[in-house]
Amino acid sequence: MKAIDPHIHMVSRTTDDYLKLAVSGIHTVSEPAFWAGFDRSSADSFRDYFFHLTVTEPARAARFGIKHYCWIGLNSKESENLQLAEDVLAIMPEFLDRPTALGIGEVGLNKNSRNEIKILEKQLALAVDRNELLLIHTPHLEDKLKGTRIIMDMILSEPRIKPERVLIDHAEEHTIREIKDNGFWFGLTLYPNSKGSPERAIDAVEIYGTDRICINSSADWSVSDPLSVLKCANEMRRRGHPDDAINKVFYDNPKAFLSQCPKFSAA
Amino acid sequence: MTPHYRQLNATEILDLYFIENRARLLDIASFLDRIDRYEGSDEAKADFRYQALVNAAKLLHNSDTGRTVAIQNSFSDPSTEPLESAIGLKAVGAWDGGKQ
Repeated sequence: MKAIDPHIHMVSRTTDDYLKLAVSGIHTVSEPAFWAGFDRSSADSFRDYFFHLTVTEPARAARFGIKHYCWIGLNSKESENLQLAEDVLAIMPEFLDRPTALGIGEVGLNKNSRNEIKILEKQLALAVDRNELLLIHTPHLEDKLKGTRIIMDMILSEPRIKPERVLIDHAEEHTIREIKDNGFWFGLTLYPNSKGSPERAIDAVEIYGTDRICINSSADWSVSDPLSVLKCANEMRRRGHPDDAINKVFYDNPKAFLSQCPKFSAA
Repeated sequence: MTPHYRQLNATEILDLYFIENRARLLDIASFLDRIDRYEGSDEAKADFRYQALVNAAKLLHNSDTGRTVAIQNSFSDPSTEPLESAIGLKAVGAWDGGKQ
């Protein structure tokens, strides 16, 4: 089958992983800007990272016939440093103009602090000014419910942002209903130890339906699996769901969301 | 036209997932036994994370509302005010009652 992984951090993966994606049927990926595992010391580090996302990685992916798109943004973990955040915000437009940049992401909250909220407000304002799609990171674990609600309140209070142009990612069972009821797309992340499993993701598909859901690996430098999207599709198949529903969740849905950016075309 | 797929019934779901979930339950039991066995057990069992896990396990008996959502909510910070600062803080998996 063909699938799109709408959230994968290929800068952290090996070239062998590109080959695995290609031979397994994932020929289109999108890569949000995220935290590197440590706090960077200056905006110059982000300039290099955004270059990596918009130039180096698409070229590396193309060698395997994979289309690589990206998102530009300042992750919430590094938003606590306001001066760094302002410096990064200043260089973002240059990279958002690049041909494979789909919008602003992954931006959101981490521990739900005042500075995180301040910088998210600025990135939402930038999205409004440029009419960019938004890919939203929600906090981990015990902070997710509170953070997801704060983020949704912030976005819904800005009438120029259409919820159907926003994907709220890392949703889990206790946040899906509210996200969907507010008109947003939602993402489920498959992580072997700390986030959702294929079984729980397909439970969510069965409970909440196949509309406005995107399932991703978020594979990065930590314990993660770049083929988890296809393993999840297989979980849906073995429960007896029809092929058209499986294709909708794993190909048509991410294609529909990402295609709202005119730069995107799926392989 | 008859569809070429067929949705499973509940017994088939039980057949499909029983063994692996039995193993997961034993992993949790073994984890709690390990805490009992090691030095400092009383201190660990007083930790908010241990208490949150034990309380969440009780929610497995509740079939009236969704167990998964109830357990997720039981681990979650119920407050609404932003933190003054996130410096030095990280998510640990259970709400500490606002002590951070």
